[in-house]
Amino acid sequence: MVDVSELQTIEHDVLVIGAGGAGLRAAIESSGRGKNTGLVCKSLLGKAHTVMAEGGMAAALGFTDERDNWKVHFRDTMRGGKFLNQWRMAELHAKEAPERVRELEDWGAVFDRTKTGLIHQRNFGGHRYPRLAHTGDRTGLELIRTLQDAGVHRGINVHMECTVLDLLKDGDRVIGALGYWRETGRFVLFKAKSVVLASGGVGKAWRVTSNSWEYTGDGLAMAYLAGAELMDCEFTQFHPTGMVWPPSVRGTLVTEGVRGDGGILKNKEGKRFMFGYIPERFAPETADSEEEANRWLKGDKSARRPPELLTRDVVARAITREVKEGRGSEHGGVYLDIASRLPAEDIKRKLPSMYHQFKELAEVDITKEPMEVGPTLHYHMGGIKVDHDTQMTTVPGLFAAGECAAGLHGANRLGGNSLSDLIVFGKRAGEYASEYADNNDAGKVNDEQVQACIRRATGFLNRESGENPFVLQENLQAIMNEHVGIVRTGEELTQGLEKLAEWSKQIDTAKAHSTAQYNAGWHTALDLRNLHISSEAITRGALMREESRGAHTRVDFEGEREEWGKYNIFVWRGNDGEMKIEKRERPEPDKLLKEIGYSNIEDLESGKVGANAE
Amino acid sequence: MAQRTFKVWRGDANGGEFKEYTVETQPGMVVLDGLHRIQAEHASDLAVRWNCKAGKCGSCSMEINGKPKLGCMARLNTFEPGETITVQPLKAFPIIRDLVTDVSWNFEQNKRIAPLKTKPRDADGNHRMMQEDVDRVQEFRKCIECFLCQDVCHVLRDHKKHDQFVGPRFMIRLAQLDMHPLDTEDRIPAARKELGTGWCNITRCCTEVCPEHIQITDNAIIPMKERVVDRFYDPIAWFIGKVFGSKKS
Repeated sequence: MVDVSELQTIEHDVLVIGAGGAGLRAAIESSGRGKNTGLVCKSLLGKAHTVMAEGGMAAALGFTDERDNWKVHFRDTMRGGKFLNQWRMAELHAKEAPERVRELEDWGAVFDRTKTGLIHQRNFGGHRYPRLAHTGDRTGLELIRTLQDAGVHRGINVHMECTVLDLLKDGDRVIGALGYWRETGRFVLFKAKSVVLASGGVGKAWRVTSNSWEYTGDGLAMAYLAGAELMDCEFTQFHPTGMVWPPSVRGTLVTEGVRGDGGILKNKEGKRFMFGYIPERFAPETADSEEEANRWLKGDKSARRPPELLTRDVVARAITREVKEGRGSEHGGVYLDIASRLPAEDIKRKLPSMYHQFKELAEVDITKEPMEVGPTLHYHMGGIKVDHDTQMTTVPGLFAAGECAAGLHGANRLGGNSLSDLIVFGKRAGEYASEYADNNDAGKVNDEQVQACIRRATGFLNRESGENPFVLQENLQAIMNEHVGIVRTGEELTQGLEKLAEWSKQIDTAKAHSTAQYNAGWHTALDLRNLHISSEAITRGALMREESRGAHTRVDFEGEREEWGKYNIFVWRGNDGEMKIEKRERPEPDKLLKEIGYSNIEDLESGKVGANAE
Repeated sequence: MAQRTFKVWRGDANGGEFKEYTVETQPGMVVLDGLHRIQAEHASDLAVRWNCKAGKCGSCSMEINGKPKLGCMARLNTFEPGETITVQPLKAFPIIRDLVTDVSWNFEQNKRIAPLKTKPRDADGNHRMMQEDVDRVQEFRKCIECFLCQDVCHVLRDHKKHDQFVGPRFMIRLAQLDMHPLDTEDRIPAARKELGTGWCNITRCCTEVCPEHIQITDNAIIPMKERVVDRFYDPIAWFIGKVFGSKKS
């Protein structure tokens, strides 16, 4: 039995778990408010998945097109999310993103510039106006490095290569966490007055994903086990353009910026197929001919947007259908062509890392040849339920921000709204976690909880023999790929749930060989529980939602059902330890927000709607 | 389906040895894929640091056949068929285990460099910078902190001057701040004294290994050396520049 008093113990006012954009921004905020702040990174600082974001961050600065403002951004976000977003979060996000972006510039971020020296904004799917502040096609790197460099001098205590295993509770409250150092395998006890989860998504539950090894749903599972509610878990975004060849890079992201800068999608017959997939809701604002789409690209403000820039769910489904009906590319994707659309020099300047990525990894020169692309699991709209203003979860003292939190994106996230989500709600989480820390003392650690957590963790190392954790993870990915993919049926989901239950029995038979020191097998074994809880929540949500909305497509329940637009689905852990699920009616939105969200664009822009909104 | 043999260094701070593993390969595989196959099939405890697997995060730095590289960008078909690939940890940093080294020293260096001291915003609340004035800064900001440049820098690798020279990675951080249009900090005294611009003897090894192809030596280190020389060894020119307004001489 471990003596808890002998464990390494680190005390903070605010503990932030996860060091991507949201975690870093939260930590900067809380340390700026005088709180002793700890920032735990599963990897080295600056390597979190934010670094992979390419296209940009959406903020209605109105620099590239002066017609843009928060109301249009808000409306785009709600429409993209198929009106399942939390209205207030979409409002705060649209209003606060511009100032958060300016603040990054104060801290040293160097975005691409307009001719007058302002931040240049790029077109992206679902955004009516060019709205994405960007640095070439490596905006995530710019964001994370800016926050990292800003954080270095603000006295944040960074704990690198440390994985959190469980949240610790004192009564109803979260008061800390137990983790282990990757380097040594030793356990560490964090005590904190408040905790912010910023742990990202759960891409590693699928075989084809743009996510790295870190994204195993840790935050979702830990919050769930600590008693928090999860929401909208059925909404998993498949990014339409991941690499499909060679096999070793299948799933790696190809930025939407390629399409924003004029790239078009073609099938093997050379047909630009997206014109055949324009949904009714978007038809009035989408070009219906190549001629019009080309005029739009040249900056003709009377022309409508090309269909390649429809929301990600629409494009991903279109590609899936083209491939299924035999019009796919050689390796089971479609062609994304920028070579015939822009001069080679422009491609290299605007999309340098895409050029580099295809050249080095696929031996394809994108200035001469088309890319082969197909859908890849990219993002989780669902996650931990949070209060829209404070980001506090349903458990006191526990906050969540970024991808692990739910609410902003509804049924589908617009590209570019993720990086802005991180800085808007990361800041808010840091602010309110600080406030919570002001009003609460450090709680008391329950030794038994700590001991149980350590027993589970060391069990993988101590048992004589058992399953290979890597194989177990691959088996889970196979289940999710087969049963909870881009198009779903009730039957497949039901079978998927059965398989998940069967699979989960093996988790505690996994065997990690050798010692606890930097042991990838052990780490993989420890993450399996989190993958399982997250996968089960996603599958149950997908089974319950009997309609097709945004990123959730049920072939047995086609189309959006008005009735389902009234509900969000919640998941929590029952007293019996089983996963509970129910649909709950959405609260009636603010009247003005509702008017703006559902307005037609002419009425909004002429001031007929929303003129009074500040 | 072809096979490939890897010779991988296994061990910790107390010592270790090379071990051979053979795995099946697929088209397009990179060295990191090979190591993952080894983990899945032969040695689940093999320590290797990685994240994005697309050359964007700079985690999987290692020495492959003696050359510092990113494991995720080293394609197997760039080696001779049948050639054994030797993989070992970065030499300039203390070993933790197998292919993982303790790179924390690098993160400490960043703290030695003063943060951006930003000009106030314009009256309308925005900053203005022209693209041509930030092109060079953006080149430096492509850095993914893989620390391959730190690994090959003779000042660090051979002469162990870690206390006197922050290394190429932080020379570009310094240059990037010094050339930033919004920065108002005078960085030249610190560049010379604490950060050690004088230690670099321009062998360009850092530039050669940079996976982002940043011209570390020519575009960052040499200009910083020149700025130090102008200031400390040509004080009259510096004084004239200061009085007649050339930016941060």
